[in-house]
Amino acid sequence: MRRERVIDALAEVYDPELDEPITGLGFVTSCEVSGDGDVEVVLRLPTPQCAPNFAFLMAADARRVLRGLPGVREVTVMLEDHYTGEEINAAIGRGEGFAGAFPGETADDDLASLRELFQRKALVARQSRLCEALLAGGETPEEITRRRAAELPDGRDGRRCLELRRELGLDDGPEAPAFILPDGEPLAAAELRRWMRTARLVRMSLEVNGGICRSLLRVHRGVEIDDPEEVAFR
Amino acid sequence: MYEKNGEKYFVVDSHLHFWDASPDNWVKGQEQYAKGWIECFHAYMGLGPADTHWPIEKFMKYSEEDFVHDVFEEGHVDAGVFQSTYLKEWYTDGFNTAERNARMAEKYPDKLIVNGRFDPREGEAGLKQLEEDAKRYNLKGVKVYTAEWYKGSRGWKLSDPEAQMFLDKCKELGIKNIHAHKGPTIWPLDKDAFDVKDIDVAATSNPELNFIVEHVGLPRIEDFCFMATQEPNVYAGLAVVIGGLMHARPRFFNKVMGELLFWVGEDKMLFSSDYGIWEPKWQVEGFIDWSMPDTEEYSDYPHPTTVTKKKIMGLNAAKLYDIEVPAELQLQNGGTPAAKDDAQLVESA
Repeated sequence: MRRERVIDALAEVYDPELDEPITGLGFVTSCEVSGDGDVEVVLRLPTPQCAPNFAFLMAADARRVLRGLPGVREVTVMLEDHYTGEEINAAIGRGEGFAGAFPGETADDDLASLRELFQRKALVARQSRLCEALLAGGETPEEITRRRAAELPDGRDGRRCLELRRELGLDDGPEAPAFILPDGEPLAAAELRRWMRTARLVRMSLEVNGGICRSLLRVHRGVEIDDPEEVAFR
Repeated sequence: MYEKNGEKYFVVDSHLHFWDASPDNWVKGQEQYAKGWIECFHAYMGLGPADTHWPIEKFMKYSEEDFVHDVFEEGHVDAGVFQSTYLKEWYTDGFNTAERNARMAEKYPDKLIVNGRFDPREGEAGLKQLEEDAKRYNLKGVKVYTAEWYKGSRGWKLSDPEAQMFLDKCKELGIKNIHAHKGPTIWPLDKDAFDVKDIDVAATSNPELNFIVEHVGLPRIEDFCFMATQEPNVYAGLAVVIGGLMHARPRFFNKVMGELLFWVGEDKMLFSSDYGIWEPKWQVEGFIDWSMPDTEEYSDYPHPTTVTKKKIMGLNAAKLYDIEVPAELQLQNGGTPAAKDDAQLVESA
């Protein structure tokens, strides 16, 4: 088992709140792979106070993804310097859910509804980015909403849209509409511009949160990551 | 008062702190939490300009002289509102209590207003305390931390029936401004602590109260905007927006301000420095200098005018807190409301 393969797998783990891979956010602080295929990964978030629910999801997803890799034996995922790190690490190590980390304090063991809420936000945000680019490229709302899923623009946003639709149980087949509302219904041409108003806000919220995370990561943790948006400190 | 290019701005800072987070005030056995809290605050200071950063020692406990200098002398602030934060589980005498704030406010009675707090989980004793605080400090507002831990509970909601009893008590006592802290990620947090839905419910049931959402609900600004646009008594506290973004991420700052101006409107946005996290001086000066860039990227957003800035910088908050504004600093001709087209778009959205 090569370390690069493990890092590649971790790139499939998303921060559910920001809809960005944890590797790009600089959350993976160390990744050790032994000759026998034991993997040990350490995650660190921008502040020790980052929300425990999202922290848990990232650690649990990392463990799940790594355990699915062929050739991997033992998997240890540790969240470091987090105020609920002890509880989360212990539960993850035991293969338990969120309720295992905080017994008696939550009935939400798999955080499914929280995850779904943010997957929906993420889908809106990604679609908004694609529509904006298509509009800017001269396409009309009619042309945009006539597109099929197979005609989603190639690239990260388009691929992620399809992934999110699969995760949400929404049709992602090639003939399905490219742009959809949260219930899976196609986005109507007449509604596109109004939809963009709200979608843009959702997208901005995700982007700004990601920006604040990166800023805090730099200020609080001394981590320098690729961050073209932050101009003031260059 | 701040003057720039012949325009004079009355400045109300609606979110000030005077805290003591020094090690002497840490509760035994809870030191790591007390330390973690203030270090996280300190990280946020790092998002402002480098020449405004303080060493952590000063940040843990700044003096009255620092406060007067940074806020009144250099910071252009005419009047300010103390938001009290107790956190007595970690800080022996509390982090930033009404008592501590009031000691300062007594010395500057025309400039400083003290806000109290309540926590519905304290029941009858809490109601009694609120009554006493209201009399002692002449409260017009309170700050609530719905995410605060209390005896094993990790938070509460403004829509809880117990909270309504406290809101009723506020009305009875003449407290009309409810400041709710809804993020950003500051420890300790309940698992749903960012959710602003409870404010929606409380604002609808209590139209005679004003609800000011601190940090504009970041990191759920979209939920906040969708809610605030429907509730005439919900306001946006701009702490973190100006301090955390204007310098560090100017493009995001433009967009956040653009969305807020569109959804919430210039009549319901309040300048807040969040001092001592950030000094007001650079925030006031930067905000007055700021304009929405005239490029395609921002063409869809309302563009702030001098009137917009006068309202946000102080006139809106002066209205909420009945602060007297000198005639020369008031709006001439009553000002103009936000663009009608935008309002219609919001209504039909």
